[in-house]
Amino acid sequence: MSATPVLALRGVSKRFGAVQALTDVELEVHAGEVVALVGDNGAGKSTLVKTIAGVHPIDEGVIEWEGKSVSINRPHDAQALGIATVYQDLALCDNIDVVGNLFLGRELRKWGVLDEVEMERRAQELLKTLSIRIPSVRIPIASLSGGQRQTVAIARSMLGEPKLVILDEPTAALGVEQTAQVLDLVERLRERGHAVILISHNMADVKAVADKVAVLRLGRNNGVFEVKTTSQEEIISAITGATDNAVTRRAARTTGEVSQ
Amino acid sequence: MSIDKTSTSPQDETVVENPEAAAAAVTAVDPRLLVREQGLAGYLGEFKRKMKAGELGSLPVIVGLVVICIVFQSLNSAFLSAQNISDITVTMVGTGMISVGIVFVLLLGEIDLSVGSISGASSAIAAVMAVNQGWPEWLAVLFAVGAGVVIGAAHGFFFAVLGAPAFAVTLAGLLFWLGFMLQTLGENGTINLDSEGLIGRLTTYFFTDIAAAYGLAAVVTAVFFITSFLGNRRREAAGVPSRPLSDTLLRTGLLAVVSFAAAFMYNQYKGLPLATVIFLVFLVGTDFVLRRTAYGRKVFALGGSVEASRRAGINVTAVRISVFAISGGFAAIGGLFLASKIASANQSAGTGDLLMNAIAAAVIGGTSLFGGRGRTWNALLGVLVIVSIQYGLQLESIAEPVKYMITAGVLLTTVVIDSITRRTQKTAGRA
Repeated sequence: MSATPVLALRGVSKRFGAVQALTDVELEVHAGEVVALVGDNGAGKSTLVKTIAGVHPIDEGVIEWEGKSVSINRPHDAQALGIATVYQDLALCDNIDVVGNLFLGRELRKWGVLDEVEMERRAQELLKTLSIRIPSVRIPIASLSGGQRQTVAIARSMLGEPKLVILDEPTAALGVEQTAQVLDLVERLRERGHAVILISHNMADVKAVADKVAVLRLGRNNGVFEVKTTSQEEIISAITGATDNAVTRRAARTTGEVSQ
Repeated sequence: MSIDKTSTSPQDETVVENPEAAAAAVTAVDPRLLVREQGLAGYLGEFKRKMKAGELGSLPVIVGLVVICIVFQSLNSAFLSAQNISDITVTMVGTGMISVGIVFVLLLGEIDLSVGSISGASSAIAAVMAVNQGWPEWLAVLFAVGAGVVIGAAHGFFFAVLGAPAFAVTLAGLLFWLGFMLQTLGENGTINLDSEGLIGRLTTYFFTDIAAAYGLAAVVTAVFFITSFLGNRRREAAGVPSRPLSDTLLRTGLLAVVSFAAAFMYNQYKGLPLATVIFLVFLVGTDFVLRRTAYGRKVFALGGSVEASRRAGINVTAVRISVFAISGGFAAIGGLFLASKIASANQSAGTGDLLMNAIAAAVIGGTSLFGGRGRTWNALLGVLVIVSIQYGLQLESIAEPVKYMITAGVLLTTVVIDSITRRTQKTAGRA
């Protein structure tokens, strides 16, 4: 792991009208590291990701890319730096085959004509290096399962050789087997030296693949934990914030019942 | 969409020639994928599987054409005469051209109701320029087609930039350009075209030399074989799944039979019709644009998911405007062929059942109304069905009202087949 983080946010703030969505948020991601971004609904996870992806420019603070301060004002800026984002709705075209979707918007051409052979070859190569198994690269996305679609969407983000990949709830709608496939893929991204930001509500997923967990609460940092040395309860109490909340009350109640 | 054919059987040539590439191709494929067997059994197996999964493709329309031929031929033996078939394939070009534009619009999942009126307006513009203003006919033709493109682009602007529904915009266009045509034609309401001029000869010129039809058939077959063969060679060299040679030969053979039969038939009558040749050229051209260029890929992407297209960096507005411009352009071209057929531009041009026939042809041919699925060849098959029915009923001297009802029945059947196959495809995971 290199000393300089690929991406570092220093004191980032973002307002929408009367709402302070993010306040002084700090975040660091290194190459070959998976950082899970967790928090309750409305904690600011999506907003934070969108500021990195260039959808919402930040109001205050500094974004550092490989140690240098950069400004990200448009999605294009983020892509040019090497940031790839896979949103929750995968944005694939059902009627187009896997190769077509992988290269959508950046088709390879030869004398102005689509170079299908080269695209298919590269698609196979890419899917092979990521150990993604799908029936064929020439069937339409419509015939793939949810997990396979997710892996195609992630593979598509890898085509531009990004340094940082942001995954927005990649396992949210997936079954057991497919979740495992996607988590395998996240691990493979780490092995290949990509930095990964993983948004998830699922603590099991976070514990399984993440190196660090960054907790957001009400638009502020609420701790960064090493996954190996932190218990699930500690992370959850950081997410819910105070010691006095539904989760801790329930915990207290159940232990109380036991002692009686 | 067909499943890839990979080389798995040891007697296949690819394995012998290029073992590493073939091995790579096999490992890249999921074991759950149904791999087609080689040879005739493979074709039958895949055919059965596709039928079960609801991937009918062009099959219903081809079956329909065969049924139409059998029914009308048994009623009147003149139906399959060289003269009748030649007439059908010349008459269909006007509606067919308009239908090609409709296929583009349907691929976006939109509709263009103005094409009938645009075709009428374009014939009026061409007639006024060529006859009343004394322009050379080629210039009048270019001007009329250009006008169609501009009109279509204007509709596209209202739809893509201002966000008005395409249905409403083109409905307004339907009325406006109808009024424009009537205004342009003026008091008389009819402008006669020179039947020996460029527009007049569009549908009356035939290549009488029998070598023309056979030559074209030979060239088409040869070009098809060479491009398929070279394409497969490249695929083999790159180590991606390719078609076996037997497959290519079978397809080439089928194409050769159809094109030489057509050439023989044309030579029994007046020869190869110019109108049909122009139509085929446009079909090949548009099919190439849609399936082999980045622009075509964008059109399909928009038909699949607008949001995905936008995020992939596709200029959604520009593609939408361009598609409506293409639709307007083809409507104008179709209008010129229709005017050529009657050697005049008159007030009834572009009215009546023309619009419905053009849309029906695209849908009957297999273009989905829901966007993202279809080919311009669908326009040819669909318009063949419609015009064949019209000619067949005419031979039986069946009155106009019955023709409308029968065409309506065919259209309804097609839409029902489209909807049912979509449902089957969904359960088979293919829609």
